[in-house]
Amino acid sequence: MSFISVNKLWKEYGDQVVLENLNLEVEQGEFCTLVGASGCGKSTFLKMLLGQEVQTRGELLLEGDTFPAEPDRNRGIVFQRYSVFPHLTVRQNVLMGLELEQKPILGKLFGSARAEALEKVDDMLELVGLGPSANKWPHELSGGMQQRLAIAQSLIMRPRVLLLDEPFGALDPGIRKDMHELLLRLWREIGITIFMVTHDLHEGFYLGTRLLVFDKLRNDPHAPNAYGATITYDLPIGQTDEHLLRDIDQSVTNTARNQAA
Amino acid sequence: MRLINRTPGRLTATALGVLPFIILLLIYGAASQQRLADNPNDKLLPGLEQMTAAVDRMAFQEDRRSGDYLMWVDTLASLERLGMGVGVAALMALVVGLANGVLPLVRANLAPLVSALSMVPPLAILPILFIVFGLGELSKVMLIVIGTAPIMMRDVAQRVSELPGEQLIKIQTLGANSWQVVTRMALPQVLPRLIDAVRLSLGPAWLFLIAAEAIASTEGLGYRIFLVRRYLAMDVILPYVIWITLLAIVIDQCLRLANRRLFPWYNAGGH
Repeated sequence: MSFISVNKLWKEYGDQVVLENLNLEVEQGEFCTLVGASGCGKSTFLKMLLGQEVQTRGELLLEGDTFPAEPDRNRGIVFQRYSVFPHLTVRQNVLMGLELEQKPILGKLFGSARAEALEKVDDMLELVGLGPSANKWPHELSGGMQQRLAIAQSLIMRPRVLLLDEPFGALDPGIRKDMHELLLRLWREIGITIFMVTHDLHEGFYLGTRLLVFDKLRNDPHAPNAYGATITYDLPIGQTDEHLLRDIDQSVTNTARNQAA
Repeated sequence: MRLINRTPGRLTATALGVLPFIILLLIYGAASQQRLADNPNDKLLPGLEQMTAAVDRMAFQEDRRSGDYLMWVDTLASLERLGMGVGVAALMALVVGLANGVLPLVRANLAPLVSALSMVPPLAILPILFIVFGLGELSKVMLIVIGTAPIMMRDVAQRVSELPGEQLIKIQTLGANSWQVVTRMALPQVLPRLIDAVRLSLGPAWLFLIAAEAIASTEGLGYRIFLVRRYLAMDVILPYVIWITLLAIVIDQCLRLANRRLFPWYNAGGH
């Protein structure tokens, strides 16, 4: 049995088909990047993994059980923006999850329990390179640092799956490169299963172990919503070449044009 | 250069800001002087001398009948009512606003009622308050509560729903239950916004306070103004109005400073 299995999954909004007949098996510890034109359902798929959306038909299983229908502490998420809490300092942001878990009513830790938790927090901040900024407010951090914080905040919960929704989309190219290295390092050290949505095909090729291309097999120019997207390429990274990249790029761009038309 | 691009320097800006006050004072002074020259007993536009005398009499001499320093008694009574009314209203706004903002079930249940209540003109139900709560303190405080709470409730709920949806998802992935979503995410972020809402509500709160005091009271700033109106005592009314304005400004600025001090992240653009 796979860690995550997707069987004949459909997602529709009214008569708009977003995803059609999605099939996928993912093993624990895989790092999947999801690419595709906008509107091709990669974010919708991520939301289903998160529990924010429910499929219309088909099965979505985590170790053989249906996914819980609301977000929980087993599935961490990092969005493009607004993932951190502006009213808490960097340290408090990372501490939050531990406090919520241990104190269901107060939601705050005190004394030695707090000191113990803060040790873990500081280790985590060190790991993502935020050690010197521990006592800053999020608005004092750059975009890249805020994303590091969001990742640290999720990872301290040791979630089974980490979901990233275009996490580096708003960052400068140089910073983005640093973030890629950070993410790969964390993934190797912690061995967590990662799903990352990106619209940057090169990013998808470079990061992770597996590339999933969301695209439409059929396009009806008169009814762009009639057919949904599915996974058209499922490639282990390392066996990809420039030629294939161009092919995929071509196909995705075509779909994007059709969507826009 | 276009008018919209011409910005005054610091000194010019201050001068421009002070100018209207000076003009108002000058106009008043001239008019008052002219009337007093015609009739030294004129009551309508008292000069500085008469007003100082009135303030001295009201604030720094014992009242012959009651032995109180009337202006301070009035101020204390009014501030107490105002504080109680706005305090209770803010607390109610926080509880109802948070519940409405965070819980869809409560929102479906309560939001229409709050919207409807906020449309009721509070002064129209003042007689009802007097009938139900009597002519004592309670009815005056209740008028302020009823007049300001529903709008603050809507404001708080609105502020909660303006928090990014990403945050709501994020805190759930950190394992938060509904209570923790309220106490660790919504409440702390809505507090500075509540203080802003209170600042905006203070104007209406003063209005309701003075209206209630004018109708049924035995002390209070509004009561005094309406009492001495019978004797055309502008020399008391004008200083009282200025005093009320000053109080309002001081309270507003205190709240603004408290907001800055207590929530550094809020005012630094961290929201």
